Amino acid sequence: MSAVQQNVQTVDWHSDAIKARRKSRYAAETRLKAYGLIAIVFALGFLTILIGSLTVKGYKAFEQTVVSVEIDLATSGFDRDKLMDANWKSLVKKALLEVGGAESLKKKEQKAYLDMFTDNAAYLVRDQVIADPARLSGKSSFVIPLSDPFDQLAKGEISRDTPEDQRRVNDRQIAAFDQLVAKGVVSKPFNWGLIFNADSRFPELAGLAGAISGSFWSIVVCFAISFPVGIAAAIYLEEFAPKNRWTDLIEININNLAAVPSVVFGLLGLAVFLGWFGLPRSAPLVGGLVLALMTLPTLIIVTRVSLKSVPSSIREAALGIGASKHEAIFHHILPLAMPTVMTGTIISLARALGETAPLLLIGMNAFMTSTAHGVFDASTALPTQIYIWSDSPERGFVSRTSAAILVLLAFLVLMNGIAIFLRQRFERRW
Amino acid sequence: MAGYVLMFLLAAAIVMAFAGAAKARRTADAVPGKTHSRPIYHGLNAAIWTGIPAFVFLLLWLFLQNTVIDHLVLSAYPGVEAMDASARSIAISEVRQIVAGNIFKQPTPEALAAADHLRSLQAISGWVIATVAFASAAIGAFLAWRFVGKRARARHSVERAVSIFMLLSSLAAIITTIGIVTSLVFEAMRFFSMVPVQEFLFGLRWEPQIALRADQVAGQGAFGVIPVIFGTVVISLIAMLVAVPTGIYSAIYLTEYSPARFRAVVKPLLEILAGIPTVVYGFFAVLTVAPAVRDLGTAIGIPAEPNSALAAGLVMGVMIIPFISSLSDDAFAAVPRALRDGSLALGATKGETIKKVLLPAALPGIIGGVLLALSRAIGETMIVVMAAGLIATMTLNPFASVTTVTVQIVTLLIGDAEFDNPKTLAAFALGLVLFVITLGLNLIALRTVRRFREKY
Repeated sequence: MSAVQQNVQTVDWHSDAIKARRKSRYAAETRLKAYGLIAIVFALGFLTILIGSLTVKGYKAFEQTVVSVEIDLATSGFDRDKLMDANWKSLVKKALLEVGGAESLKKKEQKAYLDMFTDNAAYLVRDQVIADPARLSGKSSFVIPLSDPFDQLAKGEISRDTPEDQRRVNDRQIAAFDQLVAKGVVSKPFNWGLIFNADSRFPELAGLAGAISGSFWSIVVCFAISFPVGIAAAIYLEEFAPKNRWTDLIEININNLAAVPSVVFGLLGLAVFLGWFGLPRSAPLVGGLVLALMTLPTLIIVTRVSLKSVPSSIREAALGIGASKHEAIFHHILPLAMPTVMTGTIISLARALGETAPLLLIGMNAFMTSTAHGVFDASTALPTQIYIWSDSPERGFVSRTSAAILVLLAFLVLMNGIAIFLRQRFERRW
Repeated sequence: MAGYVLMFLLAAAIVMAFAGAAKARRTADAVPGKTHSRPIYHGLNAAIWTGIPAFVFLLLWLFLQNTVIDHLVLSAYPGVEAMDASARSIAISEVRQIVAGNIFKQPTPEALAAADHLRSLQAISGWVIATVAFASAAIGAFLAWRFVGKRARARHSVERAVSIFMLLSSLAAIITTIGIVTSLVFEAMRFFSMVPVQEFLFGLRWEPQIALRADQVAGQGAFGVIPVIFGTVVISLIAMLVAVPTGIYSAIYLTEYSPARFRAVVKPLLEILAGIPTVVYGFFAVLTVAPAVRDLGTAIGIPAEPNSALAAGLVMGVMIIPFISSLSDDAFAAVPRALRDGSLALGATKGETIKKVLLPAALPGIIGGVLLALSRAIGETMIVVMAAGLIATMTLNPFASVTTVTVQIVTLLIGDAEFDNPKTLAAFALGLVLFVITLGLNLIALRTVRRFREKY
């Protein structure tokens, strides 16, 4: 004891050297703390910029600039039984020229004027009339989307200050556009087409319906396969399997499979499902199968953990009053583990929903102008649609891509929200 | 046809479930003595016997039908002996288009005849499915119906079926691995029969464009994997340079310094970074990060290419931060309290304890996490497909454009994949390389983590 005291006394804690040393030690401490904070700020800052820039770019695509046009169909003289073959083009062209007072222009100028509206205007009007033939008997108003450059102009993405030869709209077109605005026929309603239209070459008409339907069917297939198989495999490995080298091998295998790059699963799908089994290309069925194989390992791991967390007293009580092993598991343990299993399943499905690379390899990046009505219809999926649009040169697709990303993120937030709700509401801690 | 058969099977199974349970209930009431299984097991047993054999048959048939039918149609196609593989696949897809009703030009009489052949085969196949499924369902239902009885062990039968299903399910992971390995090895072997292995493994040029016609100048195509792997390593290194310090420092701050409430908010926010789909990161890299990197390059006087390695690597690094952060978090948490207290009791500051005691003790776990993250970076696809380049160059300049293994796989296979030219098959050889590298990293990482766990 005295030796220690002597030792302590030999150090002068108030000497300048010690003070400087202590100061530098505390400084190091503060630095470490600062580095940690900087790291967190960096990561979160990145996240903020990511979400922020997508929102700033994307929110405009939720509006679409349209012009309302009055068309008198009673005088068109269209045959009700042959609506498909009627001359919609000239009818709609006439109405569009009329609304801007451009009938007297020369042919070339008329064409420049008509460039303001989407190319498919005639078909849009036709489809609306076929859906509602009552409109044939009188005058009614139709909504025609403006073509992409003018949509951008209306949203201020194309600046009027740019020299005329450097922008995609010329001064005369801008004047015509301003005239339409002054007339009050131009409006910017919510862009339902973004959700309910299928893909299109024209940004003003392109929507996500095809992608959403494709993603929906893929996820349905993925769930239908990975959920029962994953739970069954987990129960077998956790409750029934003997502990030997074979089950060890399966375990190692599952852990490794969970870390195999997703693109490799795409190669598997391409070679096996498309190449050997001859399943149709671009089909949500194949997409779902590949996603199921990808999610299976994670699902097995999650289910095993949740089965393990159920106390063994419950199993023993069930077995003690005469339940068979199966009954103990399926009537007692599995229901108790189910909330955690569901949470894990939803989170894995959310991950599968955002997966792109394997779907690209099996061709779910096809250009489809219709929605998928089943698992065999060729289609895209939300993430592959984002990839396709991000590759498109038209300017309008930049904001559409951001909007599509926001839609995808909304689905992911929704799914994760459900998962968190399930966990907090139903999960039991033992 | 298959859809109707499936619906029929489902309906039949449900009907039999109720019928079986009802009969079991009746016999239980009618005959005195102990019953073995509850009625619901008789019902389930009847449903299984009715539905499952026919369902398994249906699945197998559907999986094999297209291959077999294509083969039959082709072998009857006039002049098939003279065709090579690609001409055959063109012929069969033309026939399929005719059957589907998509006729763009007047088809040849041979194709029309083959289309009729295909149609008749499909009709036969449909009838075979319907007949066999119906027969098997009927036999199963009959046997299960007869089986219902007082002492019949329906529960055992059901449990056996469930056990078999569970056993088969547990094999799914093994089958997947076997499927991955065989498909990769099989297609890669075909590639190596066209391009020698040593040229692939040690070649220094990667130019997978091959001449479509014999007289084109595009050349032979070169398949040396070294520059592609080099590019992968460059981008992954940039990603790790971003992710490792950020991940570890944020883990240190969150576990050691931050107040509990700060941690409760920040940790889930960091996890969001891991939940964002990679295609979103890719789009962000192209749209926002790449121009910023180009400005940075101009500012410091290095011309940056639009798809620079730095942009892709930076974004990939951010994506990986949460992995490293949460794995380091676990590693720190696994260090026993006593070590930390001992260090603090000796008068070390918190920072010194972290640097000199916690970090060394947690190091194996952290290294394991870093290796897992590295394997993820190497296998990451969408960010690099969208933000990195296509041309394989060997350069360490982060402002230059490089390509990666995954980029090449996707670009080689996007669009029409014909399985008979080296360009397509090269993707599978690359896939094999990728699989082996990531598998190796994972095994090492898991072993490191496990060895570390045994220590305390």
